[in-house]
Amino acid sequence: MEKQINYKKIQKETELGSHVLHVLIYLFLIFWGLIVLFPFYWMVLTSVKSYSSYNAEYVPSFFTLSPTLQNYADAFTSVPLGRYLLNTLLFTVITTALMLAVIVLAAFAFARLDFRGKDLAFTLFLSLMMIPTELVVITNFTTVTDLGLRNTFTGLILPSVTSVFYIYLLRENFAQIPDELYYAAKVDGTPDLRYLRKVMLPICRPTLVTIVILKVIECWNSYVWPRLITDDPNYYLVSNGIQEIRENGFGRENIPAMMAAVVVISVPLILLFLVFRKKVMEGVARGGMKG
Amino acid sequence: MEKQNLKGWLYLLPAFLFLGAFMIYPLIDVFVYSFEEGYNSASQTFFGTGLYNYSYVLHDPYFLQAVKNTFILVVITVPLSTGLALLISLALSSIKPLRELFQTVYFLPYVTNTLAVGLVFMILFKKTAYSDGLVNLLLLRFGQGPVDFIDGPYWAKMFVLCFYTIWVVMPFKILILTSALASVDRVYYNAARVDGTSRFRIFTKITLPMISPMVFYLIITGFIGAFKAYSDAVALFGTNLNAAQMNTIVGYVYDMLYGDSGGYPSYASAAAVILFAIVLTITCINLLVSRKHVHYT
Amino acid sequence: MKITLEHVTKKFPGRGRKRHEEVTAVSGFDFEFPDGKLVGLLGPSGCGKSTTLNLICGLIRPTEGRIRFGNDDVTELAPEHRGVGMVFQNYALYPHLTVKKNIMFPLENLKGEQKLSRAGMEERALEAARLVQIEPLMDRRPGELSGGQQQRVAIARALVKMPRVLLLDEPLSNLDARLRLQTREEIRRIQKQTGITTVFVTHDQDEAMSISDLIVVMKDGVVQQTGRPQDVYDDPVNLFVAQFLGTPPINVFRGSVRQGQLCIGDAPVLPIQGVPDQEVIAGIRPEGFVPDGSGPLCCKLDRVEVMGRDISVISSHECCQAPALRSIIHSELCVDLNSDTVRFSLKPDKVFLFQSKTQERIRFEAAGTQ
Repeated sequence: MEKQINYKKIQKETELGSHVLHVLIYLFLIFWGLIVLFPFYWMVLTSVKSYSSYNAEYVPSFFTLSPTLQNYADAFTSVPLGRYLLNTLLFTVITTALMLAVIVLAAFAFARLDFRGKDLAFTLFLSLMMIPTELVVITNFTTVTDLGLRNTFTGLILPSVTSVFYIYLLRENFAQIPDELYYAAKVDGTPDLRYLRKVMLPICRPTLVTIVILKVIECWNSYVWPRLITDDPNYYLVSNGIQEIRENGFGRENIPAMMAAVVVISVPLILLFLVFRKKVMEGVARGGMKG
Repeated sequence: MEKQNLKGWLYLLPAFLFLGAFMIYPLIDVFVYSFEEGYNSASQTFFGTGLYNYSYVLHDPYFLQAVKNTFILVVITVPLSTGLALLISLALSSIKPLRELFQTVYFLPYVTNTLAVGLVFMILFKKTAYSDGLVNLLLLRFGQGPVDFIDGPYWAKMFVLCFYTIWVVMPFKILILTSALASVDRVYYNAARVDGTSRFRIFTKITLPMISPMVFYLIITGFIGAFKAYSDAVALFGTNLNAAQMNTIVGYVYDMLYGDSGGYPSYASAAAVILFAIVLTITCINLLVSRKHVHYT
Repeated sequence: MKITLEHVTKKFPGRGRKRHEEVTAVSGFDFEFPDGKLVGLLGPSGCGKSTTLNLICGLIRPTEGRIRFGNDDVTELAPEHRGVGMVFQNYALYPHLTVKKNIMFPLENLKGEQKLSRAGMEERALEAARLVQIEPLMDRRPGELSGGQQQRVAIARALVKMPRVLLLDEPLSNLDARLRLQTREEIRRIQKQTGITTVFVTHDQDEAMSISDLIVVMKDGVVQQTGRPQDVYDDPVNLFVAQFLGTPPINVFRGSVRQGQLCIGDAPVLPIQGVPDQEVIAGIRPEGFVPDGSGPLCCKLDRVEVMGRDISVISSHECCQAPALRSIIHSELCVDLNSDTVRFSLKPDKVFLFQSKTQERIRFEAAGTQ
C-alpha cells in the first residue's frame, strides 16, 4: 500500500515539472517572437503616425488613433522611391533570368553531356565556391569602371549572373534523372535542347523554383555592389535608396516618412515569403546563406 | 555514347565567360594588386612590387580598429547566436501547437532588407533632441541611462551592432537546427526515456552528438559570415563607419576602394587578402576541432 | 513480477481525412502475464501488439483500464519509474557511443541510493555483456557490428539495470533467416537464465510458438486467444487463430453438417456428434490427412514434395478456399504418383469446425474413427 502512494507522488511531481516546463517554453518562444516582430510593428506604427505627432511624442506611444497615409505619399513624391523600386525590380528580373539561362546550360553540360575535361572543369567550379565575393569585388570594380559601365544596368547585372553554388545544386538534381529517359528521347530523335526543355526542366521544377526564390531575395537585398557601382540616384536599388534617404532624405529628419519607405521596401519580400513559405524555408535549408 | 567535346564546352561557355571575367581573373588580379606599390588608378601605373601595401594597411589605425571591431563582433555573436538558436530550436521541437506559426515568425528577418530594418533598429536605439528613443525609455524605467546607442560610447554602439547582427542571423540558424533536430530518430528518445534519462542528459549525450555536424556547420558558416560583416554596420551607423569607430574589415576594404577616402585599390586588395587569410585560418582551425569532436555517421 | 492488464484500451485520434474518428488500437485487453515467463504477443501487423507493448512500457498511456506490475498500479507512471527494459525493433543503439558506453548508459542515469561507482557500473556492464556473449566487442561502435551483434548489445543494455520486466519489440525482424533461428534460442536462454518476466512482440507465429511459455494472439486490437502455444494450436477458438498458427497453414473448406456427418462437397467425410445441420467452415491441419485408398475425401493430385522425414502432398479440391491443398504425411505412407487423384481419411482431432458467419469454433465430439 505504502509503495503505491509513493508511486503516485513520483508521478505527480513529474507531471507538475513537465507542466511548468511547458509554460516556460512557451513564454520563452513568445519572448523571442516579440523581439523578432517588434521592429516590424514599430516600423508600420511609425509609418502611419503623422510627422508632427511623431515629433511631439517624447515618450513614443505604442499605438496611434489617427493613422495617416500621408507618409506613404511623401515617400513616393519627395524621394524617388518609385524609381528605386522599379530599378530593383528590373535588376532582379533581368539578373535572375540571365542567371537561369547560364546555369541551366552549365548544369546540363555537367550532368548530361560527356566531353573531354569535364571532371577537371567541375572540380574547378567546386573550388570556386569557396571564394568570397569580397576578394573579387575590387578587380570587378576596376573592370566595370574601366569599361565605362558605372551607373548602367549592365554594370550592375554582369557580375551577379553566375552562381557556382546554384549550378552545383541544379547539376545534382539533373543527375538524379534516370539515363533511360535521355536514351529514350535520343532514340526518338529528340534534340538535346528540346529534351532539356521538355523533360529535365519540368522534372526539376522544384529546384528551379527554389533557386529563383533565393536569387530574388539576394537581388532584392543586394547592397554592396550597387553601392560601389552607382552614384547616380537614377540607378539606385532599394538598399542604396534607403541609405540615400537616410542621409539626405526628406530635407529634415522625417522619420515617419522614412519608415513608410522601409515598409514599402520590405513588403514585397515578406509577401513572397508568406506565399511560398514552405519553398523558401526548404530552399534556404538546402544551402542559403545570407550575404 | 560518343564524346560531345565541342557541344559540352559550348553549353559551358556562358558560365565560363562570366566566371572567368568576374571571378577567376579578379581572384588572380587581387593578389597582383596587393603587391603593386603606389598604384595610380588614373594612370594605371605603379612604382614597384613589394609588401608595402600590407605594411601600410597593417599600420593604418583605421584598419586596426576595423580588425578589432570585427573580432569583437565575431567572438560575441557567433557563440551567442548559435547557443540561442539551439535553445529556441529545442523549445520549438518540444511543442506542437503553434509551432508552425513560431517558425514562420522567426524566419521573417531572413527575408527583410538588412539596410531597411537596420533603420528601424537605429530609431529604436537612437537618442535625439526630441526623444530618448524607446530602448532608453525602457532603461530609464530601470533607473539606467540614457545612453546614445548610435552616436554614443563605443560599447553601446558595439552592443547594438551585435544585437542587430544576432537578430539578422538567427533565422538561418534556427531553421537549420530545427530540421537537424527533427531528423533525429524518435526511437532514441524513447529508449532513453525507458532508461530514465534526465532531459539534460538526453540533450548532452544523445541530441547534441547527433546534431553535432550541423552545429559545426553553423559555427563555421557563422564565423565566415561574421568576419564579412558590413551591411549591418552601415544600416545602423551610416556609410561613414570610420568616423563612427564602427568599421569592419570588409567596410575598410570598400572604403579604401571607393567613397570619400577611396581610390586605393592596392590597399583594398591587401586588406581583402588579409581578411581572406584570417577566414581561411579560422575555418581550418574549426575543421580540425570538429574532426575531433563531431560525430559523423 | 507479474504484469496485469485490466481492460486496457487505447484510442488514437484519427489522422487526415478521418480526423474526427478515433482509431482503437487496443480494445479491452485483459490478461495476466505470469511472473518469470516468456510471453509472445502475436498477430498480423496493425493488430495493436506493439501498442500493447508500449502501454506496458509506459511510452503511451491507456485511454481506459489499469496496468499493474505485481500489486503496484503503474498506469499513470512514466516509463523511467516502471523499471522496464526495452529492446526496440531497430535496436536504438546510440551510434556515437561504443558498445560499452551504450550498455552503461542506463546505469549512469541512476540517482540517489541506486547510484553506482564507475567500477560498479563497468562490472555490471561486463556482466550483461557476458550474458549475451559480446565481451570482445565492448570498444566497437554499433555501426561496426552485424545485425545479430547489435541485437545482443540492445538486450544487454535493456538487462543491465536489472529491470523487473523485459520488453522486446519484434526482436528478430531485422535479422536474416539463419541468425533468426540462432537468436531466438539465445533469447530463450537469456530469459531462462535471468528469470525476468519477458514480453515480446512478433508477427511470426513460428517464432512465437517455438520459444514462448504463453502466447497472446491479437487481431484488430482485440485479444483472440491466450494460452500455451501447443494448447492454442490444438484448440483454436476461431478461424483466425486456426489460420494464423501453423506452417504450412491450415486448409480451409466450405462444408456442411448433415445428419451427423461433416460433408465436403457432397461427400460425407467425418461422422460428428452434437452439431445440428448447418453450413460450416471446416479447417483441417496438414497433418490431419491420412492417405487411404478408400478414404472419403477425394482430391485432384498435383505433385508431391519430399522433405526428408515427411512428404508434402499438394492437391486441390473444389471446396478448398486455397487453390492448393497441402497435407503432410509420414514418408512411410505411400501415395500413388501416377494417379490423377488421391484419397484421404481424416484425423478427427485435427479437424476444426467454424460457424460460417461468425467464424467462431463449433465444438463437436468425434463419433469414432472410420
